[in-house]
Formats: sequence, structure tokens, C-alpha cells
Amino acid sequence: MADVTITRTGLPAEAGQVSSLQRLMRRKSTIAFIMTLPLLLVIFTLVAYPAFYSLHLATLNKSMVRFVGLGNFEFLFGRETFWLVVYQSCLFAVTAVIFKAIIGFTVAHFVHNIPSKGQRKWRGMLLVPWVIPPAMSTLAWLWLFDPSYSAFNWLLAHVGVAPVSWTGNTHWARFSVILVNIWVGAPFFMIMYLAALKSVPEQLYEASEIDGANWWQRIWYITLPMMRNIISITALFSLIVTFANFDIVRVLTGGGPLDSTHLFATWAFRVGIESGDIPLGACVSLFMVPILAVAATLILRDIGKRGNEA
Amino acid sequence: MADTALATGAPTRALKYGSIAKDRRWALRLSYFFLTLFAIFFLMPPIYMFITSLKTSAEISAETNPWWVFNPTLANYIELLTQDTYLIFFRNSAMVSVIVVTISMLISVFAAFALARMRFWGSTLLATGVFLTYLIPETLLFIPLFKMMAMVRDATGIELMNNWWTMIILYPTLTVPFCTWIMIGYFASIPKELDEAALIDGATWIQTLTKIFIPVALPGIIAATIFAFTVSWAQFLYPLAFTTSTDQLVLPVGIITTLIKGDVFNWGQIMTGALLGAAPPLIIYAFLMDYYIAGLTAGATKG
Amino acid sequence: MAQVTLQKIVKTFDRTEAVRGIDLDIADREFVVLVGPSGCGKTTTLRMIAGLEEITAGEIRIGGRLVNDVPPKDRDIAMVFQNYALYPHMSVFDNMSFGLKLRKVAKEEIKERVEAAAGILSIMELLDRRPRQLSGGQRQRVAMGRAIVRHPQVFLFDEPLSNLDAKLRVQMRTEIKKVHQRVQTTTVYVTHDQIEAMTLADRVVVMNGGRIEQVGTPNELYNHPNTRFVAGFIGSPAMNFIPCRVDAHGSGLKVKVADLPDLPVPAERAERYRPQVGRELLLGLRPEHIKESRGPLGPGISEIQARIEVVEPMGMETMVYFPVGGIDVCGRVAPEAGGRAGSAMPLAVDMNQMHLIDPATDRVV
Repeated sequence: MADVTITRTGLPAEAGQVSSLQRLMRRKSTIAFIMTLPLLLVIFTLVAYPAFYSLHLATLNKSMVRFVGLGNFEFLFGRETFWLVVYQSCLFAVTAVIFKAIIGFTVAHFVHNIPSKGQRKWRGMLLVPWVIPPAMSTLAWLWLFDPSYSAFNWLLAHVGVAPVSWTGNTHWARFSVILVNIWVGAPFFMIMYLAALKSVPEQLYEASEIDGANWWQRIWYITLPMMRNIISITALFSLIVTFANFDIVRVLTGGGPLDSTHLFATWAFRVGIESGDIPLGACVSLFMVPILAVAATLILRDIGKRGNEA
Repeated sequence: MADTALATGAPTRALKYGSIAKDRRWALRLSYFFLTLFAIFFLMPPIYMFITSLKTSAEISAETNPWWVFNPTLANYIELLTQDTYLIFFRNSAMVSVIVVTISMLISVFAAFALARMRFWGSTLLATGVFLTYLIPETLLFIPLFKMMAMVRDATGIELMNNWWTMIILYPTLTVPFCTWIMIGYFASIPKELDEAALIDGATWIQTLTKIFIPVALPGIIAATIFAFTVSWAQFLYPLAFTTSTDQLVLPVGIITTLIKGDVFNWGQIMTGALLGAAPPLIIYAFLMDYYIAGLTAGATKG
Repeated sequence: MAQVTLQKIVKTFDRTEAVRGIDLDIADREFVVLVGPSGCGKTTTLRMIAGLEEITAGEIRIGGRLVNDVPPKDRDIAMVFQNYALYPHMSVFDNMSFGLKLRKVAKEEIKERVEAAAGILSIMELLDRRPRQLSGGQRQRVAMGRAIVRHPQVFLFDEPLSNLDAKLRVQMRTEIKKVHQRVQTTTVYVTHDQIEAMTLADRVVVMNGGRIEQVGTPNELYNHPNTRFVAGFIGSPAMNFIPCRVDAHGSGLKVKVADLPDLPVPAERAERYRPQVGRELLLGLRPEHIKESRGPLGPGISEIQARIEVVEPMGMETMVYFPVGGIDVCGRVAPEAGGRAGSAMPLAVDMNQMHLIDPATDRVV
């Protein structure tokens, strides 16, 4: 559009016109290029390059002097802990995302139900877990789960239930990390779904009511289909973030007991940074790529669809 | 609403009206009941943090009701805020976050303007690339970055390890893609006629950006700034991996590595430190909630 | 003040040709309206004059100066956009003065000019408001004010009234005409509304498919359309086109139309239409030239019996629709003539105002 803006005034001849147009095309894209250059720099040196570099790293031996091909992968496949991590990562991500989605949708629905002047207040309160840095809030959970002074166990004792070893027992530890993840992430779903709920035209509900739909049919035939896109974008996005989670497990259990709550990220940290085997750590973290790639592709597709709808 | 009732004729009408109102009242009560339950669940940890932060160590290890403070004290707060280490963490976090926010916003506003308005070869592809970059988690990158730092040291002699300012280089990878993405969305929603009017009025590209786009997209800029700040403030993995000396740590790592000494958990201080560490994002959220939420939802709704 | 000249202007987007060679001379102080259906290239033409769109081929001169490569800001033009494009974060005063500020005009002069323009448009009391606090009509005035303060050589209007409701549109139309009479700036105005074009323009340029169909004063276009497109586009309700044949009729000619009695061609037109004898043509008749028949028929007026199917009372007149050879023909009768749906009605056809169109070329013969 604005290609014409940058030329000098009044070039007379038609012959001069072509070359001057070309020149200013160049100049406009030059300006645009300079404006995007810092972004490109960040993306290429700090995201794209390391991402590909980790592929290379994964093929080296521990001291990073020798090429071992797929040796690290072979080594991982032979270790029981690795399969434990695969299992736990999938269990953690899938369970947490499903519960976050259900809780988020339910809470969003309740908030949407109440008179709109009170909605702001409730929404404000319910989003607090998402606002607190997760490393900080997980500390509070750690204290709530404390083996000797657990405030939960104190409550349980009052109703006659034996104390629970929240982070000490494999099953309870898995339950705990998932619970904390749900606590952190459900408000995000709530906010997204609330925004989506608000975008469903009221007339559709009125029309369905005249057609005789009950509240459940309204949700099933109107709300859910209208929100399908946001629901899937949010869930996929959350799947990525949950699958790649680090903070919660690191602070709450440190991967224990007996490596049973490790995720790819925390185990990669343990192996790569703390035990100093960088190639093996890179190798572990690379196992996140397939799931991330699938989720990212689906998100892009859904976002593209949104564009078409608009 | 009442159309269904109208159809059923006069005698039942009054009764139906009444039952609809009653249904609504019950639905409302049910909503408030469940909302209260969820609010308790969502607010319990921060409230418990606050309760604990007001307790003495003696009370914490006492057999009394943990959900109540019998002898409230500000000792934990005073001790932390007079302690050099905690203040250093706070300063490091503040410096890193403020600088990262500034850098991120500069980079992303310019890039978003170019991508949204100055269509050039590959601009749509690049916009998609920006979004994809946002989806790459830091947990995938910290190991190669760890190694790259050693390479930089070997090549240039600059030590990136164990320096708080290294975070200023690393954090933009977490903030810039998303900020650019939502700014593209905000800029794209500005009608094209507005920049054409500015063009005819005699504005250059830069003037169009500074005098028209930035003021008009201010809500988006505030939302992106808040996002960049909260992400920088909360980041845990990078500083945990790349800093070790006490004077180089930022808050989240500092609290966890220095207040937890071996098996000795000084819970009063940990909770105080965590609560104070959570305060800046919470305060921003309290005052700018609408922008915060706009930023959250922008990723999916502005695309 | 300046004249605007377009020479063989062509605009191609990717592969589609939006404008296919336009020649147009706009005189100094003239008010020219480009009108046509959407996609006819009128807006593209305007945007090329503004410099917002690159010219694929041809030359545009403003005030004698070739401006093909001149950026918009140096063309000395001002433009009013369809959606007003007011800067939402600036007050009305700042909106109007933005262009002057960028041009480093002295503060006092800016104030003077803005107040003068605000006076012309009677928006003095709005100068401190933000665009969002204004009604549609007020925004429209501010957009015009922003153009006026610049004292440009040419005003460009891009469908400025299409976002207003019908009543306000008529009011603003008058307003625009008044402003033009006051400031006397060369104006190029784009609209798809032929009534707007007729009422505002010194000259109307009818465009279709990227080409100019006809240029002329409103009356010329109305009375002497060159093509079927112009004949159908100008006038509301649109001209009726009825398939017909021209035959010899004694010394003169007659028009034969299915279902209707022969319609004699007025003597003064006979020579003109003689070559068309025996050909299948379209008879063009405006609704206002099909009236209720009362009293003796004047020269060139024929009476027909119409079986009325639909009646649309408009207050000051009534539209009646009746079928002729499978086509709905519209007539325009006085309300008291009392047409009723289903009834027969004698109608007077004024053949002095007839047009004959060659369907092969779509030109008026």
C-alpha cells in the first residue's frame, strides 16, 4: 500500500519510475526487516539454534568428545527409570489437563450464571492461583503436605482419618503433584472458557429455550459446539505446558520418592545439570518433542480455523 | 424466557411463572455454593501462607490448630526485610524483570508493527514462526543453553554462568514471542484507514507507530507488559540451572535454596518469603485485572 | 486549488485488473462524483489519486504536476474515509490539527484554521471531545473538518455517508454541498448511491467493471444515457427494459412489444431509429414516464391497458407493477389514481422519453 510513501517527490520520466519503485520497495522492506531484526535474533540464537543444537548434543558421549550416534537413546531405553518417567509424564499431563478442563468449565459456568455485577469479584478471586509464581505457591502446598505438621492431616485427624503421607508414598505423591498442577492451571481454563461463554450469542439460548431444550441440552447442543475451538486450543496449549512442567514437581517432590514423580523436564535437569551428563539430559528432554509437535500443529490448525470463522 | 409458559394457556401460566423464578433462585444458590467451595480450594494455599507467616517457630511446631494464629507476630517479615540476602534476591528479581520487560516490549512492538502492517516477503510465515516459538517450552532449551554458555566463555572469555544479568539475555525467549503475537493481534485490529489517514496527514512510518498505533493499542501494550513481567518474575528453571552464588540468585530460587537448609525448614520465614515474592504480581493483578485477563485470553481470541 | 488529470490509468492487483484504463479531466473547483456498483474500481481510482495505491500504468497529475511517485503527504490532498478514521485517542481539536502539526504549522495558525473549519461545520463546542463521545453525524463533520483545515488542493471523499442512517445521510449531503460552495476546493467523491451522486455532483462519472461508462452532468446522464448500464443505474426506481421490435408504421415508425398495442415512435425520433427497423431491441422507459392516463393524449403519448399486480404507495406517488411479456414493468402514478392489485388500469406511456438499446452492444441507439 504505502510503497509510494518513501519516494522522493516528482520523478518525471516513466523510465525512472520503475527503478525508483523498486528502490523504495527495497527500502520499505528494509525498514520492516530492521524492525523485526531483534525478534529474529532472539528467535534464531536463543530458541531455534539451541533446539537444533540439542539434537547434536544428544548424539555425544558424556564428556562430549565422542559421537555415539543413538547410543544415548539405547541406554535410556534400557533403563527402568526412563520408562517410569515416560509413564509418569503422560499420566501427569493427561490427568491434569482433563481435570483442569472439567473444573475450569464448571467454575466458568457457575461464574457465568451469577448476576454480572458480582462476576468480576469472583473471577478476580478464582484466578489468584494462576497469578502467584508457581514456585512460590508450590512451597505453600509443600508446607500443607508437610510430613509432621501437615495442616491437611490435622483436619483429617479431626474426622478420624489416619494421616496421609502426601509426598512420601508413590501414589500419594503422584496424586499431590497432579493436584497442585490442577490448582495452578484450572483458573486459566476458567478464564478462557468464561471469555468463550460470553461470546455465545444470548439469542441462541433463547431460541433453544423456545425449542424446548433443558439446561443440559443447552450445554450439549449450544455451549459446547460454540466453544469447541477455544476448548481445544486451551486444552492443547495446557497439554504442552503441563507436559513440559518443571516447577511443581521440582519443588514439591524433587522427583521422589524413588524417582516415581519425575517428569521429562525434572529428570533431564537431574541427569543433565545435576549429574553433569549433558548429552543424556538433552536426550531426555528431546522426548518431549513429539507430543509438543503434535499439540502445536493442532493448535495452529484451530487458530487458522478461528481466522476463517472471523 | 417466559415464551414456553405463554404457550401453555391461562390457568397454568401463573404457576409456571412462579416455578421459573424459583428454578432461577435455586440455580443461583447452587452457583454461589459451588463458587464458595472452589474459592476455598483456590485461595487456601495463599491464605495458609499468610497464616504461617504470622507465626513464631514455636507456634508452628506446636500441636495447636494450624489454621489459626494464636500469637501473631511480624517477626518473620522484619527478619527477612532486614536480611541482606533476601533484599539482594528481591533486587536481582526486580532488575531482571524491569529490564526484560523493557527489552521485550521494544522488540515486540516494533516487530509486531512490521509484521502486522508492512507486509513483506515472508511476513506471514514469520508471524506463524513467532507463535510456534512461543509454544517451545524452556524445559526443552535449558540443556543446550547450558552448553552454549560454556562455548561462549571459551570463545570470548565472557562468563555467562552464575550471573544474574545472564537472565536478561535468556528471559526474552519466554516473553518476546507471546508479546509479539498478541501485539500483532492488537495492531491488526486497528482499521487500515487509520494509518492511511495518518499517511495523508503527513506522518512517517515511525510517527504512525508512535503517535497512532502505540496510543491506540495501549490496552494491548499494558496487557503484554504485564505478561512479560509476571513471566520474568516467576521464572524458576533458568536461574536454578544457571546461577548458584547467593548474591546472584533471583527470588524464587533464592527462597528455595537459601531458606531450606538441609532438613531444617524454617516454615515461618519460607512462607513469608514466598508471600512477599508473590506480592508484586498479585499487586499488579489487583490493580490491572482487566488488562491481565485481556492478555491471558488474547493468545486464543486475537489470533 | 487545482485541476486533476487522469491519463490511461490502470491498476492490477496480483492478477485481477481493478481499473482498466481511465481518462478523466477534473476542472479546478469542480465537484466530481465517481459512482458505480461495488467492485467497479471507483474506490481504487480515488485511492490512486490519494497515493494510497500504486499506479500500475498511466499518469495522474494534480495541478499540472505529475504525482505518480509523490507520496500522499506531498500531494496536497485531504481525504475523508468511509469509517471516518478519526484517531480515537485524540480530541477533536487534535484530530483536526494532527496534519498541520506534522507539517510544523505555527501554533496560532493551527488554532485559527481549526476554529475556522469548526465554525463552517458548526462543531465549535465539540473540539475537546474524543471521537467515541460523538454521534455518527458529528464524527462525519470532524472527518471533514480534518480535511478542510489543511487547505488542500483536492478533497477526496470515499463513500463518506454510507455509515450514516438514511435521514442523517440526506442532511449531511446538503452539508457537504454547502461546504463545497463555501471553500470551492476541487472535490472527487466516491459513492455507490446514485442519488448522492446526482444531488452532489457538478459532473458524475459512472464506472463499471474498471472502466468509465459515461461522464456528464446529472441531467445529461438522466436524459441521455449512453449505455444500458447508465440508463439502468441512474434513476430510482430503475428504468424498465422491455424487449421490443421497431417496425415501419406508415411514414413513421412503431415499437412492437408483446402483449401491448403498437407504440408509435415520435416523429422527431423517426430518422434516428430508421436503421433499426426489423431488429430485436430493448425499449427503455423510466417509471416516471408511465403515468396514469387522464384526459386527451398529447403528441407521442400512447395509452396501454395494464393489469396491475403489485401496488406500492409511497405517499407522494404510487408505484404500480404490471407484467409485459414476462417482465415486471414499473409505472409511477399519482396516489389518487387509485390503482389496485388485480385491477386493470389505463396507463399513458410517454414515448418522447423513450430509449432504444441494442442488446448486442448494450449501447443506447
